[in-house]
Amino acid sequence: MSDIDVSKERVNTSRAARSQQEMPRLSAEEKDDLVHRYHPDYKKEAYATLRFGPNKGEQTVHELARLLEGESPVPADFPALKPAHQVDILIIGGGGAGATAALTAKAAGAKILMATKLRLGDSNTVMAEGGMQVAVSPEDSPIRHFVDSLKGGHMANDRVLLKQLVEEGPSVAQWLIDLGVMFDREDDGNLSLRAGGGSSLPRLLRCKDYTGLELMRVLKDCVLNEEVEVLEFSPVIELLTDGKGSCTGAILKDLDNDRRIVVQAKTVILATGGIGRLHIQGFPTSNHFGATGDGLSITYRAGASLTLQDTFQYHPTGAVFPEAMAGLLVTEAIRSAGAHLLNAKGERFVYELETRDAVASAVIRECLEGRGIQTPAGRYGVWIDMPLVDQINGEGTLEKRFPNMIRQFSRYDIDIRKEPVLVYPTLHYQNGGIQIDAEGESTLKNLFVAGEASGGIHGRNRLMGNSLLDIIVYGKRAGAAASKRAAASDFGPLSLDHLSRFRKERSEAGVNSDVVSPMLFPDYVKKQ
Amino acid sequence: MSVTETQGRASETIAVEIMGKKYRIPPGLTMLQAMWHTGHELVRGVGCLGAVCGACPSTYRTKGDTKIKTTLACQTQVEDGMSFSLTASYYPDKKVVYHFDEMKDPKQDLFHYYPEAALCRNCDACTVACPKGIDVRTGVWKAVFGDFKDASDLFLSCVMCSLCVPVCIADIAPNQVGLFARRAQGIFFEEKKPQLSLRVKEIADGKFDTEWERLMTLPDEAIQAESSV
Repeated sequence: MSDIDVSKERVNTSRAARSQQEMPRLSAEEKDDLVHRYHPDYKKEAYATLRFGPNKGEQTVHELARLLEGESPVPADFPALKPAHQVDILIIGGGGAGATAALTAKAAGAKILMATKLRLGDSNTVMAEGGMQVAVSPEDSPIRHFVDSLKGGHMANDRVLLKQLVEEGPSVAQWLIDLGVMFDREDDGNLSLRAGGGSSLPRLLRCKDYTGLELMRVLKDCVLNEEVEVLEFSPVIELLTDGKGSCTGAILKDLDNDRRIVVQAKTVILATGGIGRLHIQGFPTSNHFGATGDGLSITYRAGASLTLQDTFQYHPTGAVFPEAMAGLLVTEAIRSAGAHLLNAKGERFVYELETRDAVASAVIRECLEGRGIQTPAGRYGVWIDMPLVDQINGEGTLEKRFPNMIRQFSRYDIDIRKEPVLVYPTLHYQNGGIQIDAEGESTLKNLFVAGEASGGIHGRNRLMGNSLLDIIVYGKRAGAAASKRAAASDFGPLSLDHLSRFRKERSEAGVNSDVVSPMLFPDYVKKQ
Repeated sequence: MSVTETQGRASETIAVEIMGKKYRIPPGLTMLQAMWHTGHELVRGVGCLGAVCGACPSTYRTKGDTKIKTTLACQTQVEDGMSFSLTASYYPDKKVVYHFDEMKDPKQDLFHYYPEAALCRNCDACTVACPKGIDVRTGVWKAVFGDFKDASDLFLSCVMCSLCVPVCIADIAPNQVGLFARRAQGIFFEEKKPQLSLRVKEIADGKFDTEWERLMTLPDEAIQAESSV
């Protein structure tokens, strides 16, 4: 037997003895120490200082800094800006936040246009497995949800944004249910709630391990039923401004014919999602193919500030074997249901429901210190013991609650009901993003931001289940605020003055890289 | 399966045919990875890369087999001798515009919006085509007979890839029928959730307002000490 098989056998044989074992929780100090030592956010050489722009002097990872300081694909001699569309609101991004904003704005009577890089619904939303945190149970309250999230975020959360998030949770859950979203229920008809890392009470609403798919399928159907005009395969490549600090539209690129589409809009809602496909620090990612942080670079160029742009979430349990699955998520809900994490020796090394940054740090520690398991492709990982879930909760639990997870691994002849699998942290979420106020407006007037592209709500570490909540609460807020603003505004002049300013600052800062942003897609094509 | 069993020799390659062209690639790649490996630039046909978005429906045939099968390219490993094609990321299936707030009896209304649903001839081609392993035919029948609950359960994992649509001899769009049944089930037939309604009301009534006032200005250290975890 190989080393891997020996190690795996240790996990299988120790299962019964481990099932009752209690792991000590980390104190606040221990957690802090662990995260500072091992979390990728604290790796100094991975970071660069931004040389110009709204966040000049602040830090972010090299992969993002290159794009923020990158050149625009729009040439200085771009032809006269003649709008092909004139709308109250241009919504950029077709995921959960964009769709929610569209439905809200449409209901408010605004004339809207949605533009999305891939298809309507293609997003990180559709991939969310774990659930959506909402303080529903009698023992729970928005207050507890707030405190848990603030602690999880290392107190760096914007408290006003976080309060709105937790307080509007129950009403947006009701809104989703009224649209036909089916969350799992208990026999008494109440919503079934599950625990998540860093949460003091079970608070996760979910639809098996297809929560994001269920949400996105319903939201997309609603957008189609409302007959919203949608331009698919038409990513934004530049924002337009009036040259005086207000956003007035955008330039899209039609990927099918390479034509540019100028849109004049009274307000713009940016919901372009996350950054996983930048593969920060070489990490694999759980994210969608389109998650390249496009919104960040174009808003930065247009003069809007970012916040917490130096912090990212590495989900502790991304698959590392088989290679074809590398980066794909093994949902945290599996750990909530009792799955253990084990090192090469078959020993547990962290309480599995610490916050994600702490668990990820512990996994990295094990692998760095020689207690990880190497895959045939050369990756390192630790075991996640899923058969334990059935042992603790009864035969059939995995099948009933995690059908997607079973199916994902079964394609490669791995039965997670019978054997452990190897996992390692995978780049999952951008904790920070574009700074917004309580209504979702960025520091650039008339530019609203919703969902993962925004920053501040989650501090330096997002709790499981707070992202699906975020996209709905802030999708609605941005949709409502942008509609109201548009109703009281006229179209502004279309200009690229901000680009001239950006190019001047760039040149003065001595930046002359040939990186062009937004990136739009990762480049996986093998070169000859 | 042992982890080491699948470890191919580094120099080993397998034969594959991608949209009619022959290539040799290393083993262990998914169809999409094989396309990247052979120099294909992909925009249409790639999505979540986790088999939940339905962007990469594909058809393939394995060595020695005559049957053309359907799958999602992002999670299908290429085998030696396989021939495949990334079919389309868009099927023009019939999606009817409807509004549930205007419906009184969605189980009857289904026939108004999707009348062909009742014409299923039981050929089961939809079930065979489904890359998610859904018993699509039974799902359609359940919807037609008004058992929206069972239909909903069956269509739970549907990614709307539309592979079931072109194979239907009765011109049904089974995925759309399934989605209609699921949403109707959620809106009309699920039990009420008393705890949720109560919490919405408590918040609207300002039950937590005093606590919020205290909390919003509390210093970080005091928050850290708040009882929770």
